[in-house]
Amino acid sequence: MSNYFFFIGLPYVAIVILLVGSLFRYLNFGFKVSSLSSQFLEGKELFYGSRPFHWGIIFLFFGHLVAFLFPRSVIVWNSIPLRLLILEVVAFGFGISALFGLGMLIVRRINNKRLWMVTTKMDVFVYVMLLTQIISGLWVAYFARWGSAWFPTVMTPYLKSLFLLDPDITAVAALPLSVKIHIVSAFTLIGMIPFTRFMHFLVYPFRYFYRPYQYVIWNWDRKKIRSSRKLVNGVRSKNN
Amino acid sequence: MDIRSQIAMVFHLDKCIGCHTCSIACKNIWTDRKGAEYMWWNNVETKPGTGYPGKWEDQDIYKGGWEKKGNSISLKGAGKFKGMKNLFHNPSMPVIDDYYEPWTYQYENLFEAEEGDDQPIARPVSLITGEHITPKSGPNWDDDLAGSEEYAKNDVNFKNVTPAEQEAMFQLERMTFHYLPRMCNHCLNPACVAACPSGAIYKRGEDGVVLINQKKCRAWRMCVTACPYKKSYYNWNTGKSEKCVLCYPRLEAGQAPACHHSCVGRIRYIGVMLYDADKIEAAAASNDEDLIKNQLDIYVDPNDPKIIAAARENGIHDSTIECAQKSPVYKFVKEWGLALPLHPEFRTLPNLFYVPPLLPTMAFVDESGTYETTTDSFWGAIEKSRLPMSYMASLFSAGNEEVIKNILKKLMAVRLHRRAETVGDLPENESKDAMRDVVMDKETADAIFRLTSLPLFDQRFVIPPAHREEAMEMLESTADVKGNTGFGFKEQPVRGL
Ligand code: SF4
Ligand code: SF4
Repeated sequence: MSNYFFFIGLPYVAIVILLVGSLFRYLNFGFKVSSLSSQFLEGKELFYGSRPFHWGIIFLFFGHLVAFLFPRSVIVWNSIPLRLLILEVVAFGFGISALFGLGMLIVRRINNKRLWMVTTKMDVFVYVMLLTQIISGLWVAYFARWGSAWFPTVMTPYLKSLFLLDPDITAVAALPLSVKIHIVSAFTLIGMIPFTRFMHFLVYPFRYFYRPYQYVIWNWDRKKIRSSRKLVNGVRSKNN
Repeated sequence: MDIRSQIAMVFHLDKCIGCHTCSIACKNIWTDRKGAEYMWWNNVETKPGTGYPGKWEDQDIYKGGWEKKGNSISLKGAGKFKGMKNLFHNPSMPVIDDYYEPWTYQYENLFEAEEGDDQPIARPVSLITGEHITPKSGPNWDDDLAGSEEYAKNDVNFKNVTPAEQEAMFQLERMTFHYLPRMCNHCLNPACVAACPSGAIYKRGEDGVVLINQKKCRAWRMCVTACPYKKSYYNWNTGKSEKCVLCYPRLEAGQAPACHHSCVGRIRYIGVMLYDADKIEAAAASNDEDLIKNQLDIYVDPNDPKIIAAARENGIHDSTIECAQKSPVYKFVKEWGLALPLHPEFRTLPNLFYVPPLLPTMAFVDESGTYETTTDSFWGAIEKSRLPMSYMASLFSAGNEEVIKNILKKLMAVRLHRRAETVGDLPENESKDAMRDVVMDKETADAIFRLTSLPLFDQRFVIPPAHREEAMEMLESTADVKGNTGFGFKEQPVRGL
């Protein structure tokens, strides 16, 4: 029963909350969408926390994504044991990096009175969730070896079945507890995105890379309006 | 040719009395809020000094502004590659301690303290943590050269001043200073706009005011690093950056910004400049020695019929063109050539110009150590000035001393001319020679004198009249809501989804 709840109910709820919640928050509370950087209050220790954490977590995220999207390529890559070993060691390294960074970030926040002033309950929740996620992930990587070998055959079909709206949890239900924790905390995390500062990765500024550097806005561009063919030439200003 | 209009400013430094009224006016209106207490969108520094935030001019530390790369320019510490790779931790961003930790005093203790043997006191408390603190630095900690060992001596602009000159400057009898009021320059080539990954910062086409859209800012903090003048600030409470808005609600209503309006020394002038946007890129990428000349070339003559036609073509309102023709800024900057941008080598093409101060350069100490104030030496040669020219040149002309000397000579010529007119105790020809030297006629000298010393309120502030109808149109298109007023639709009345 609980398997149904955790591996079918929770994922769907989480994804719906993610989609609806993020859009709702983005459209209605744009002002509140921010990475909430605290570098301004403490800039030295942040370096040892933020960089290893972010790079670690980004690599791991894309690692999981690749294994989900291209399971066959991963299996082919792993067919040579040395390559499997390299992949696992690198991934584990990034996991350690993320854990180390997160640890530094938590210590930094606890030690710095100024940072308490900008810490919310949701920030604490975020820390707890991330800790659970990273530690359980490392645990799985170490004790349930080799993750990259069984992920494509166990996890990928399960996730795929979720997306095809035909959930099949037989394989997942048989997994060890550590893996289950990892999955459950992952979906909880996804569901909490709209309510936490996690939002900031959804607004990563991709557009910056292809827009020109300078940006000028005419609130009321008389030139454009005069040359417009429309009879009623109402053009809503872009910053409004 | 792409003619646009820009609200530009001139500060006449000889007139600044360092009273900080401007900063207070601004603080009361805009930054008296949680997270913004440390911000001074307008601040007044004593020069020489390290300023606010400390050593802001040192781009080896803060990596602000643009640098020349071949025939083009690139942001020094931000941008698509340099900036984005530092997204998670920005090594050249100033932190709160580079400004100061804001504090207030526990005034209520003065009234509510329990009866005791000692006088109650109001202890300072941090406005961030709420704990007792002992303020060790703050804005204007170095006012009027206070703590000059620590502050004035570390002024970044001394890098081109010889040690001997510096030593001489810091002799007690010779020491001198002037004030430098600073605010956002609403640049033509703003580094803050270029650095903002979210596209939250933009320049308004109508008047060139540079603004941050608070809804789009995501706290990537690139603007704080990129602005070489450190005039974009991070609000640690809201997680959004903020900067001077040039009091745009006041501008739209035809009023001068609060700092201008309240200026006690009446040093501030504000007006319209027409400029050719096509020239910006080339000017920003010019060689150091041509920077000022090329920047001033961007601004065009508002009386030229061709320019007027091009401005109309671009939809610039007649009243704006008229204001441009009467602009005090145009007179100081272009007609008379008396005002210079601050640190043009940052290449943001700032729209705030300074008339360099003449006063600290006049009156010097002679060999015997006496302070010379006789009229003879009062008009003494600029070469003998107490502030080395290389220092002034580092501030206002990217190291070009001739430009500064030329302006100071002009200012001197105006004084000599007025002295001859009103007191008449100068040897004949002295004022005439001085005027000939800088190629200035009597009318110009009188005009400079009048706009400097006796300007009326509306000669200092020439802002296009209050187009209330257009101020409205800046918020929404009137055509959209025409005829809807009776129903009071707040949303657009469109059918379906
Ligand atoms: S002074 Fe700084 S904040 Fe102001 S427009 Fe220029 S670069 Fe931007
Ligand atoms: S109010 Fe005017 S005179 Fe006073 S400090 Fe500010 S700029 Fe200078």
